[in-house]
Amino acid sequence: MQAITAVVRRIVYGILLLLAVIVFNFILIHLAPGDPAETIAGEMGGATEEIIQQIRVAYGLDKSLPEQLLNYLGHIVQGDLGSSFYFNSPVSELILERLPATLLLVFAAMILAVVTGTVLGVVASRNPHGLFSNAVTLVALVGYAAPAFWLGLMALILFASTMPIFPISGMQSIGLDLGPFGQAVDVLHHLVLPAVTLAIIFVAIYSRLARASMLEVLGSDYIRTARAKGLNERTVIYKHALRNALLPVVTIAGIQFGQAFAGAVLVETVFNWPGMGQLAFESILRRDHPTMLGILFFSALVVIIANVLTDIFYRIIDPRIRASND
Amino acid sequence: MSTEATTETFDTEPIVVEHPLVEFVRMFLRNKAGVLGFAMLLFIVLTSIFGPLIYPVDPFEIVGVPVSPPGEDGWLLGTDSLGRDLVAGLIHGSRTTLAVGAAAAACTVIIGLIIGALAGYYGGWVDNVLMRITEFFQVLPNLILAMVLITLFSPTLITIVFSIGIVSWTGIARLTRAEFLSIREREYVMAARSIGAENQRIIWHVILPNALPPLIVTAALNVGVAILFEAGLSFLSLGDPNVMSWGALIGDNREAFFEAWWAVTFPGLAIFATVLSVSLIGDGLNDALNPKLRER
Repeated sequence: MQAITAVVRRIVYGILLLLAVIVFNFILIHLAPGDPAETIAGEMGGATEEIIQQIRVAYGLDKSLPEQLLNYLGHIVQGDLGSSFYFNSPVSELILERLPATLLLVFAAMILAVVTGTVLGVVASRNPHGLFSNAVTLVALVGYAAPAFWLGLMALILFASTMPIFPISGMQSIGLDLGPFGQAVDVLHHLVLPAVTLAIIFVAIYSRLARASMLEVLGSDYIRTARAKGLNERTVIYKHALRNALLPVVTIAGIQFGQAFAGAVLVETVFNWPGMGQLAFESILRRDHPTMLGILFFSALVVIIANVLTDIFYRIIDPRIRASND
Repeated sequence: MSTEATTETFDTEPIVVEHPLVEFVRMFLRNKAGVLGFAMLLFIVLTSIFGPLIYPVDPFEIVGVPVSPPGEDGWLLGTDSLGRDLVAGLIHGSRTTLAVGAAAAACTVIIGLIIGALAGYYGGWVDNVLMRITEFFQVLPNLILAMVLITLFSPTLITIVFSIGIVSWTGIARLTRAEFLSIREREYVMAARSIGAENQRIIWHVILPNALPPLIVTAALNVGVAILFEAGLSFLSLGDPNVMSWGALIGDNREAFFEAWWAVTFPGLAIFATVLSVSLIGDGLNDALNPKLRER
């Protein structure tokens, strides 16, 4: 029962955070130099004085600030994030259209990063000063210092041009008539390079984290007990140590979900992946403010949901937290 | 007291106490990777200062046939897709990278330090409020927020520096807060308080100097993060259009990445080398400042 209260509290807190983000968006619109109505309209030549006046009335910009804020909140709660003047359609539609592609990319990258990072870190921890461990540290250093978008371009040059193993851009091949299974495989084929590129920096972080975590766990008392009990090494590592080493990696991955979203902007641009990140890039080039702010709101929403889910997951996995709840 | 002169000599050397700075330098020099990083960074800094004097080519000027490979037509690293000299681009880009990297990291550290110190020292509702603010900024994806800020307030170098600072300070804030929470309970702090030192004095003159080591290391790493951030922003054409930047070179030549691969590869290598050198220095600093935390 206590656990459920804690979860509910977490969700409520998440909603409050979301409200703060909305208010922040509102503040940004009004802080930017220039007329807010023009800001909302975006600096597009297509916004005539008529339309700007319509915006003024619709957003109640002739009313007092607190009233405006409530109005803005009202719009958002109804799912109205404004209209994009460039694309001539509601922002929420635009974003929802692109969201699945980004989610696919980010999830694939994070899962890949967690798995690869943990495996590398665990294997490296078996021989902490050996060749493999140093190699992993070296790879981690490279993965951390090299800009992700540059690595993506290098990968494109190598694996899509010089050796045409992977497609150069996009999420799907055009003009091919594939069945649903064929389509799925096609998408996966296009997903490889972008997901790997996005994952690299996280692999760098998680491999070092997993290695350090394993080393710490392997020196603890209960592992010594397990070994003294005569359990074979394999069981000791996989059944006992691994679970505890995995915990910090998964937790940090959940927290870094937001960073993955940010990184997706760059990766999507490089690979022409039709997701929210690319929409962000395009809307910024065109100074399409409604879309930009809508994306900011939406990505914050996704991050908050990811945080809440990670928190719940953490409570399930870590028995110590559960015990402290009872 | 004996009137005899003592002829006993003690076979010990006089105890020499090293100045902390000297000790620090000595410890740092022991870490070969850190020294290598320092050498690399020094090279890059010297290039940024003296490069334009030795090699006075304007990076924006169209000097040759676009997309000519390295070595042809007398251009050492070739020209990019617009016909600009790549070597000049690299040299001038280094100034932007170093300047923005350092300034943005400084901005990040200052904001994070102040917030973390106040939260960690005062605790209570101050801590609560500041931590909520920190969580709020952690929820907003940093690149997207920076992009929004730069677009709303024009893309000048100062805007870029502040935007990077505004979205990156949360890590340092948490670290500072943790440090302050632990140092606050130590005896010398209690001693300072007992002789009537004011809070402001305790925070900035007593606790902070002792909290510095991990902060210095994190600040060094933050320079690397800021450099990558600036590169990403320039790549997305959000950099200052009046200065040359490595990220902008990559971004401008993205379309022609296969024909003009050198225009994309070399700026990227430059970014990589700079961030790597800063990371190595950070690791070296870590070893030099935190002997207890060495991973042995």
